[in-house]
Amino acid sequence: MSLAQQFRTGDTPLPDIIILTHKLARAYDMGGEVVRALRGVSLQIRRNEYVAIMGPSGSGKSTLMNLIGCLDTPTGGEYWLNGQKVSDLGDDALARIRNKEIGFVFQTFNLLPRATALHNVELPLIYAGLGAKERRAQAAQALERVGLGDRMEHRPNELSGGQRQRVAIARALVNDPSILLADEPTGNLDSATSGEIMEVFGALHRQGQTVVMVTHEHDIAAHAARVVTLRDGLVATDQRQAA
Amino acid sequence: MPFFEAIRLALQTIRAQKLKSAFSLIGVFIGVMFLIAVVSIVEGMNRYMTDKFAGTLLGVNTFRLRQFPDVQIGETTDSMWRAWTRRPRISYVDAEAVARGIRVPVITAWESSTRATLTYGRKQAKDISLTGASDSYFDIRSFRIEQGRAFTAQEDQNGVPVVVLGHELADKLFEGQDPLGREVKVFDLSFRVIGVVEKQGNLLGLSLDKFAIAPANSPVKRWVNPPRVIDALAVKAGTQSEMREAMAQAEAIMRSRRHLRPRDPDDFALETADEVLDFWGKISRVLFLALPGLVAVSLVVGGIVIMNIMLMAVAERTREIGLRKSLGARRSDILRQFLVEATTLATVGAAVGVATGIGLASLIAAVTPLPASVAPWSIVVGVALGAGVGIAAGVYPASRAARLDPIAALRQE
Ligand SMILES: Nc1ncnc2c1ncn2[C@@H]1O[C@H](COP(=O)(O)OP(=O)(O)OP(=O)(O)O)[C@@H](O)[C@H]1O
Ligand SMILES: [Mg+2]
Repeated sequence: MSLAQQFRTGDTPLPDIIILTHKLARAYDMGGEVVRALRGVSLQIRRNEYVAIMGPSGSGKSTLMNLIGCLDTPTGGEYWLNGQKVSDLGDDALARIRNKEIGFVFQTFNLLPRATALHNVELPLIYAGLGAKERRAQAAQALERVGLGDRMEHRPNELSGGQRQRVAIARALVNDPSILLADEPTGNLDSATSGEIMEVFGALHRQGQTVVMVTHEHDIAAHAARVVTLRDGLVATDQRQAA
Repeated sequence: MPFFEAIRLALQTIRAQKLKSAFSLIGVFIGVMFLIAVVSIVEGMNRYMTDKFAGTLLGVNTFRLRQFPDVQIGETTDSMWRAWTRRPRISYVDAEAVARGIRVPVITAWESSTRATLTYGRKQAKDISLTGASDSYFDIRSFRIEQGRAFTAQEDQNGVPVVVLGHELADKLFEGQDPLGREVKVFDLSFRVIGVVEKQGNLLGLSLDKFAIAPANSPVKRWVNPPRVIDALAVKAGTQSEMREAMAQAEAIMRSRRHLRPRDPDDFALETADEVLDFWGKISRVLFLALPGLVAVSLVVGGIVIMNIMLMAVAERTREIGLRKSLGARRSDILRQFLVEATTLATVGAAVGVATGIGLASLIAAVTPLPASVAPWSIVVGVALGAGVGIAAGVYPASRAARLDPIAALRQE
């Protein structure tokens, strides 16, 4: 546990700590009954780390990822991303951070079914306000990086599951985000395809990308240099391992 | 997201869902189509009435002194009629006094008409408008003589039995033969044809070329009026203001001739094209009043349909909205996307409505005597209305979409 800075409320994270959560909590009010999905998660992730998050179903992994990905706001605690305190930002500022700082890969791919691979990858750039030509060039480049340079004009239903997830990874990368988040990215794929996808993540990590990934499977987690385990909305273990 | 991007996206969605889009366009389409078609026809009528009716039939800058108005406007009651017919008629002396008394430059003509049958050999033309008039009548009506000549002041004074025919009447009686110098019979008296007036066309389907004009002092006077009485004295001035002046002078002369006291109303009528145009104005105003109602109903219906289609679209595309938000779309981006989509939808409907309305108006103009003339303002109003309906109908669905929570939206099946 010596990985972490001794952080107290009122402090600012050290410069190379890209993600810092301090006693982060998320409770859902289910009509009187309060579900405490996260009960105070304190976690620090440095630049260029590769972290796997594990834990039993319902332990709060997705809830944590959504908070880190700025898709959701905490009900308690602090969240610092890249030196900026995100936990008390407004709606539009969060949208901007999602657009610029975060690349999110979902279990279910979440591609626009009627749009081509290229257009799907272009989407974040549209909201970044880039011109059409630049968008095209950057999206094409991102598709090349995941090995789909020859599938740009294909629609999702013309692609295999693994190819679809690669399009989603290209989309997550296209804005050159500070962190790449993935919530069970291989959950809908067979083991061979999962292997290919893990190759892609591994390569990205080697190129300097910070990666945080939720997974159920130990052989997937084995690709990561650090494994954080959640249990009942709290960090149970946090271990470095040889990749 | 840039505005252009939003429009492109909207067109893409419309193209992808052709049937649904077409359905949602119908309301706006019908409203705008009616707007354009009705406005075009009313505008066409307007132009027609001003140019043809006022200009050709009555004469430009012209007024007529009559016993009572020729064109009865709207509500003429029985008692009004009785009062009118009890008025003294316009006599030769009245007409001469007025013609002599007007101090602005004008030309004047006597004018009396009836319906008559004209015959040439075995050919007959029934229900012809037969007019007894002064020689200057041709100037007042701006008639161009295409064959022969008009009669002279001399011929009028001497009551020479000559006649000038309308184009269609001449065709009917002579069928290609040269009409000049031939004798036509009117009530068993012979009139020599000396001229034919250039074709005038028709007014709302009625031919303007079935007439005959003879000198006021020729034997026609027996048939058109009691002795020494005329239907009207037509007075044509050079300008509108001179005409108004001449009218005032004519009124003063007539009032003094009739010994009217200041509080007595006129017992004669001074009629201008304005009365006719006023009458038409009333009709077109009624049409223009009914039009907004008609258009409004279709637009409201169209708006409701579009709103429902958009609500459906928001529901169907919840995941897409969640995804876009997760990739950095702000509320305003989503709001704009759906607003632009609704507006594009309605504007496309309006544009198709404009095109169809113009087509409909030209079709009506082609197959009926009604004229049509597309008013540019109606196109602008039509498209603007369509866009307005789109925005109004889009606001609620768009704001619902913009407020969606990204995680909840993404989780939806
Ligand atoms: N929107 C919500 N409303 C109410 N409760 C929720 C909501 N989202 C999550 N929860 C609850 O929070 C807890 C943590 O859920 P979360 O989805 O983070 O689990 P997870 O670790 O990702 O599980 P899994 O491995 O099955 O994906 C669960 O008890 C869940 O029921
Ligand atoms: Mg989960």
